[in-house]
Amino acid sequence: MALKIIKSGLSTSVQDLGRPGYFHLGIPISGAMDRYALRAANMLVGNPEDAAGLEGVFIGPEIEFTEDATVAVTGADMPITVDGEAVQSWTSFSVKTGQTLSFGFLKTGARIYIAVSGGIATDPDLGSRSTYPIGALGGIEGRPIAAGDIIPVGSGSVRTAGKSVPNDLRLVPGYPAELRVLPGLYWNRLTEASGEGFFEDTWIVAAEADRMGYRFKGGRPLEFVDREQPFGAGSDPSNIVDGCYSYGSIQVPGGTEPIVLHRDAVSGGGYFTLGAIISADMDLIGQLQPNTPIKFIRVKMEEALAARKVRRENLQKIREGLA
Amino acid sequence: MKTRYTYGGDEHIYVEIDEEMSLDAFFKSLSMSNAVRDANIPGVTEICPANASFQVKFDPDVTHPDEMLKRVKELEHKADSAEKCLSTRIIEVPVYYQDPWTHETVMRFRERHQDPSSTDLEYAARINDYESVEEFIEAHHSQPWFVSMVGFVAGLPFLYQLVDRDKQLQVPKYLRPRTDTPKLTVGYGGCFSCVYSVRGAGGYQMFGITPMPIYDPEQEVSYLKDFMVFFKPGDIVKWKPIDREEHDRIAASCEAGTYTPRIAKVDFDLEDFNVDMAGTNAKLMEALNGA
Repeated sequence: MALKIIKSGLSTSVQDLGRPGYFHLGIPISGAMDRYALRAANMLVGNPEDAAGLEGVFIGPEIEFTEDATVAVTGADMPITVDGEAVQSWTSFSVKTGQTLSFGFLKTGARIYIAVSGGIATDPDLGSRSTYPIGALGGIEGRPIAAGDIIPVGSGSVRTAGKSVPNDLRLVPGYPAELRVLPGLYWNRLTEASGEGFFEDTWIVAAEADRMGYRFKGGRPLEFVDREQPFGAGSDPSNIVDGCYSYGSIQVPGGTEPIVLHRDAVSGGGYFTLGAIISADMDLIGQLQPNTPIKFIRVKMEEALAARKVRRENLQKIREGLA
Repeated sequence: MKTRYTYGGDEHIYVEIDEEMSLDAFFKSLSMSNAVRDANIPGVTEICPANASFQVKFDPDVTHPDEMLKRVKELEHKADSAEKCLSTRIIEVPVYYQDPWTHETVMRFRERHQDPSSTDLEYAARINDYESVEEFIEAHHSQPWFVSMVGFVAGLPFLYQLVDRDKQLQVPKYLRPRTDTPKLTVGYGGCFSCVYSVRGAGGYQMFGITPMPIYDPEQEVSYLKDFMVFFKPGDIVKWKPIDREEHDRIAASCEAGTYTPRIAKVDFDLEDFNVDMAGTNAKLMEALNGA
């Protein structure tokens, strides 16, 4: 069983739940930006939740199937067709040998997840099939897919099509989107007023928004507490002695445009970070389009853990609903 | 040194050993991150030592963040009392300074630099009060370096020179990062040298290039067959200046799979070093030259 790529879409890549354990060597975890959506897609077709699927961004691929399969597409709202016939998102459907899966124009959200029964079966690198182009790991030769690629799919029991995730369990960002932040890391570098302003302002997703990080603009520049810069840190007040970066951490080079590091994060560097997006909201970032207005919402640790619990319970509801 | 503990969201503990860079801060960060690894705290998934800080990633559903922070904090006294001694290796890394490839890139991104009328090396020599580029290059390679962190991108080492603070070379990063840096460029930013493991964006000043690959996901390079990343924190590096001819010879040898970097096993004792830097470095060089 294989997928023949007719059109690649925009930077469509093979992703699973990632490659933990190598961040200390500069190799990030990678994997689906929206892990909730990938898990749901895998559940719909009867795959293990950590099976590899395809992540498409803004523009979907066009794929011909060499054998019958059950397929599900979750995540962003993008019209889906099989040989020109419309099918539903967040719902499993059948594709017959020789049929072609294609997509229309993106409506809301940013990334689609395509799961195929049996799961994508490219060779894993360091325990994962996730594509990390900078390090040439995973996927097809460590790169996004291209027209002409033949992507192997594993053999798995073909689950009956027609299963669906209820509407209230489909994750979509609000408008403006809200991203919850736990202040920490180098938060103490900011003046109190500037720290408050960061949460008051409305920010806009900038054009530089990819798997490595999301940049935001439109808020007031940040102000730093005066200090003599420590030895080795560099002269700008936003500089620190190069340290590790947390996933979801928010760096603000020069104090102007915040960047939230995501699944393909650089593992460290010399910019201060003011805290991090809570783990439960990381999936949501993967669904933000450029120019979307957002608010950063200040939360405490217990709220972050409560949000994590809600996410876990929602996944459990999907699991039980499909059992 | 004043150690500071903080959270990076709900999945990371971040420990800043010291605001400023020093070998003492690096040693403490390395021994604390080793202590965290040895403690096998349930839920820990990644431990990342850095120059003067380290980070622990964990699953807060397994161990509550407050409990995790407490457990990590308890290990500080262990690190304080640990012997500041490291069994490690010294590696000779050939560097072709002022090579044509980084020079081409230097010229291409002049408008992003502090001083568009000089090269990166001319600028670095001048602001560090060296009479000539040659003298500055000599200072860069005459004494060995510690790999104090691996990261940014796959397998990229940050290095800190084993000299007194008043002899440390310091340069700012580019005003705006470049969109391109040749693979294996030897760079410099703040008080750190680095080797760009892959081609890509970068903000460090560019001094030269090494012909010796340090990251190979295909694992075809002879000395990267066991693992695709060459450097690890605690490695000691001695740059060896080479010319074009030797660069091309080594590059061909790496390509043919026959190159073996010169490496010697050494012990490094921080207290010995602090007492006698020249003597300690001379011993390191003796071990390397005997290899």
